[in-house]
Amino acid sequence: MASGAKGARGTLYRGREGMWSWVAQRVTGVLVFFFLFAHVLDTALVRVSPHTYDQVIGTYKNPVVNLLEVGLVGAIMFHAFNGLRLIAVDFWSKGPKYQRQLLWAVVGLWAVLMLGFLEPMMQHTFHEWFGW
Amino acid sequence: MSTATVQDKVATSASGRAGIEMMTITVRVKRFNPELDSAPRWVDYQVEADPTARILDSLHKIKWEQDGSLTFRRSCAHGVCGSDAMRINGKNRLACKALVKDLNPNKPITVEPIQGLPVLKDLVVDMEPFFQAYRDVKPFLIAHGNEPTRERVQSQTDRDRFDDTTKCILCAACTTSCPVFWTDGQYFGPAAIVNAHRFIFDSRDDAADERLEILNDREGVWRCRTTFNCTEACPRGIQITQAIAEVKRALITRRVI
Ligand code: HEM
Ligand code: SF4
Ligand code: FES
Repeated sequence: MASGAKGARGTLYRGREGMWSWVAQRVTGVLVFFFLFAHVLDTALVRVSPHTYDQVIGTYKNPVVNLLEVGLVGAIMFHAFNGLRLIAVDFWSKGPKYQRQLLWAVVGLWAVLMLGFLEPMMQHTFHEWFGW
Repeated sequence: MSTATVQDKVATSASGRAGIEMMTITVRVKRFNPELDSAPRWVDYQVEADPTARILDSLHKIKWEQDGSLTFRRSCAHGVCGSDAMRINGKNRLACKALVKDLNPNKPITVEPIQGLPVLKDLVVDMEPFFQAYRDVKPFLIAHGNEPTRERVQSQTDRDRFDDTTKCILCAACTTSCPVFWTDGQYFGPAAIVNAHRFIFDSRDDAADERLEILNDREGVWRCRTTFNCTEACPRGIQITQAIAEVKRALITRRVI
């Protein structure tokens, strides 16, 4: 009674918190790496000419780059806190047992700090968009 | 006796009589016949299934009643031999331990070979690379010095130290659930490390350093990214990520405790 064959791609592995936090760690790590790359370049401009440096940095002062900055802060914070969790998993004897609770602690801390950061970081954008 | 009752129920339900409510499920199998197919394909089968029976029973039904060419491994059918690890509904499990009712049977249940080992036919993969990694960690007692005249005595505490990793049945569910192994087939993989752990932390064994050195390889224990997929997949409930972390720590401190 064989019927309806559909595309032959395999299913996505249904891993749990551990797998997805690893994916997030790698994605945020790569993001941070590219930011660092760009950051070294734009900072190096100051050696070329302080004026060009000011011009380039000036172009960052708009809501789109502001959102990217918020994303960057979020990425770095997740990466750093989850990095500490991974160190605990490898070096604290009870780390593997509590890895899930550690992840929720990471996510909770991340959410609280992000909420706190949002206002001071986005003041300018909020003002421009909503006139706050 | 409760065991007898369960047996009775399965017997009645298989004949479709009395008590148990049978249901029609769709089993979606990823099939590949190297002699006919250029690529794997998904094939759907409708089977009558007892929700409290295992997905292995449904695979049997398909093979025996619908398509004899369906190929898979199984031997004990009771979670002991480690023959029938498969990716069922996206997760590695033993087909003989996965109950239909736990697999959301209202939707098609997907069954595909474990990932990262060459597929030979349908659900059968070439296990040789897996067993090679197992052999490479010398999974046998190595003891120097005089042979004792009676058994090698060990305290209960010393025996408990590695009890968890003695439970492995070499089903490969862990190694083939590991994202690192999928992209790097040279990685020793969780199962080999589990079986090294079993001897590294055995007080009767004298070759801990030798095994640690083997796992210090660039394809050894440092490849582990602690995704916990192995621990979640192990049908014996072995705390694999923890065992791997213990081997990592033993390598750093050069102390086996
Ligand atoms: C804030 C301090 C940081 C901490 C505490 C930290 C910690 C970690 C840890 C523990 C891992 C996991 C490694 C593993 O799974 O074996 C990791 C992964 C990674 N980190 Fe960081 N990291 C930090 C900053 C950075 C920076 C600045 C970059 C980029 C230049 C970066 C790039 C990466 C990448 C690409 C990965 C992924 C590696 C993989 O998945 O195999 N990290 N980090
Ligand atoms: S450790 Fe568990 S999942 Fe891995 S081979 Fe052994 S029994 Fe199977
Ligand atoms: S058939 Fe033996 S473990 Fe499943």
